[in-house]
Amino acid sequence: MQTNLPSTFFTAPPEFGWIIILYFFIGGIGGGSLLLAGLLRLFGIPADRPYIRLASFLAVVCAGISAVLLIADLSSPLRFWHMVIQDHTLLPMFKWWSAMSDGVWILLAFSLFAGTATIDALQDIEWPPMRTLRSLLRVVRFISRPPFATISAIGGIVSGLSLAGYTGVLLAETNRPIWSDSSWLGIVFLMSALSTSMAAVMLLSHWRRVHETSTLEWLTRFDLVAMVLELVAIVCFVISLGNAAQALYNVWGVALVLGVMVVGIVVPLVLQRRSNHGIVLPASLVLAGGLLLRAVVLLGSERIHVVGTQVVR
Amino acid sequence: MGTRMLPIVSQAVSPAALASKPEPTGFFTDTTICIGCKACEVACKEWNQLPARGDGGAHLEMSGQSYDNTLELSGDSWRHVKFIEQFPEPYEGRWLMMSDVCKHCVQAPCLEVCPTGAIIRTEFDTVVIQSDTCNGCRDCIGACPFGVIGINHVSNTAQKCTLCYDRTSVGLEPACSKACPTDSIQFGPISELRVRAEARAVQLREQGETRAYLYGADPNGPLGGLNSFYLLVDEPEVYGLPRDPKLPSRNLAKGSLLSSIAAFGMAVAGALTLRGRRMKEVAEASTPEHVS
Repeated sequence: MQTNLPSTFFTAPPEFGWIIILYFFIGGIGGGSLLLAGLLRLFGIPADRPYIRLASFLAVVCAGISAVLLIADLSSPLRFWHMVIQDHTLLPMFKWWSAMSDGVWILLAFSLFAGTATIDALQDIEWPPMRTLRSLLRVVRFISRPPFATISAIGGIVSGLSLAGYTGVLLAETNRPIWSDSSWLGIVFLMSALSTSMAAVMLLSHWRRVHETSTLEWLTRFDLVAMVLELVAIVCFVISLGNAAQALYNVWGVALVLGVMVVGIVVPLVLQRRSNHGIVLPASLVLAGGLLLRAVVLLGSERIHVVGTQVVR
Repeated sequence: MGTRMLPIVSQAVSPAALASKPEPTGFFTDTTICIGCKACEVACKEWNQLPARGDGGAHLEMSGQSYDNTLELSGDSWRHVKFIEQFPEPYEGRWLMMSDVCKHCVQAPCLEVCPTGAIIRTEFDTVVIQSDTCNGCRDCIGACPFGVIGINHVSNTAQKCTLCYDRTSVGLEPACSKACPTDSIQFGPISELRVRAEARAVQLREQGETRAYLYGADPNGPLGGLNSFYLLVDEPEVYGLPRDPKLPSRNLAKGSLLSSIAAFGMAVAGALTLRGRRMKEVAEASTPEHVS
């Protein structure tokens, strides 16, 4: 056994596979979308309403998918409620010093505010088509009026950002290689969540033929800032790994540099500067890069484990 | 080294209970007298009714690289005798044997992160996973610095050594130490075990084994000391043990703070740029050509 290995290399992988990768990706898109919806609701102009609708719908769909993925990933899925209620006392289960416990409550708050944002967005359009459902919706119309609308938007911003960033902190609060060898993973996932959510909203707007120039310009500029910061955060993250960076001296390291940083960030940045490439290609690359980033971080660490007296990498 | 301990909900005990609390108990494993018989592994499996490795015993899996076929601690194997085969030359070398188990850390990382409260500390200062509460989120598996915990494929929950809580609570010795034919695994009050272990290390050094030292016996060391500690004669990594085990919460405050600052910055930047855009639109709308 090598004696110069970091202590994190002697741990067992928790088998966080593709379900968790998808959850981190979709939860990040949802969190960023709700941030966008909240910002546009509070500081936007009337022409932003179609984008608010798209971002809110996207957030609520992501909330539902996230919950299903998280429950499906449990080894005993029927006991999912043990995360929020203590099974022996039926009292609330909350440990602020456990990032996973925090994450469960963040997802609950996020789902609530994604729901109120969606109800607010539905007031604009004739949906759902059934009159009975529409009249039911009118009962909760107060959500769209002050002060509830403001509370809903601020709650959406806070819970959206929390959902986007907590996943990196969750991984850092382990003893696994790569994840716990740096404190930068939260920022990396946060910035990636923001860039992928903006890419998703722009793709949706293109698909739904929503085109408001000033909103699109703002989204593109904000996306550009998020992508540049994501690139900086990834560099800081890799540098902060120190000796543990050897965990990425393999195909996952190549995927991080070429797939995530070059194809998923630098190329979309260049394409966005040249506006004749449209939305679809750069946004699709950003989304692919965001998914690959999570796969690199999770699977790059998962493959390291001790078998017998050997560290397998 | 992080020696700070965060509050644990399930650790709350009344002063009366504390007064009558039994002395902390654990294991001292003297690896120099382990003969690799794996009686401890078998006794553990028998007593705790654990399944065989792999597919539940239908096919016996061989490692193909060692006489050791258990290979690792898991939810199905709570004891694992490691065979460390050091043979630099064909006729020169040694075997190190070490019966590995949960360390029942004084500051337990698994207990710290468990989001359901399934992991508790017992009156014997040992760490136990309550199988009826655990939902298999696997957070504890990544948090354990020793790679001890795994999913048991019968219960579908995270499991590990309980230090035979069902035996110790009625005054019996754990199954593994009871079965150990050489007393390599010794069970007892931690204070007594530390004295015995230190005396044994001194004895070995006096006899010429100058590499003998105790791993995890220092209450001021990593994780506040381990309630299952070892006498080793080589570097910790040689035995598959981390040199510097830490609490996972070491990254919580810094990681959360960095993310919160970045999140706040992005929200403020978004708000300011949107507000600027709105002000510009209002200004444009109020220019004479728009007014007319």
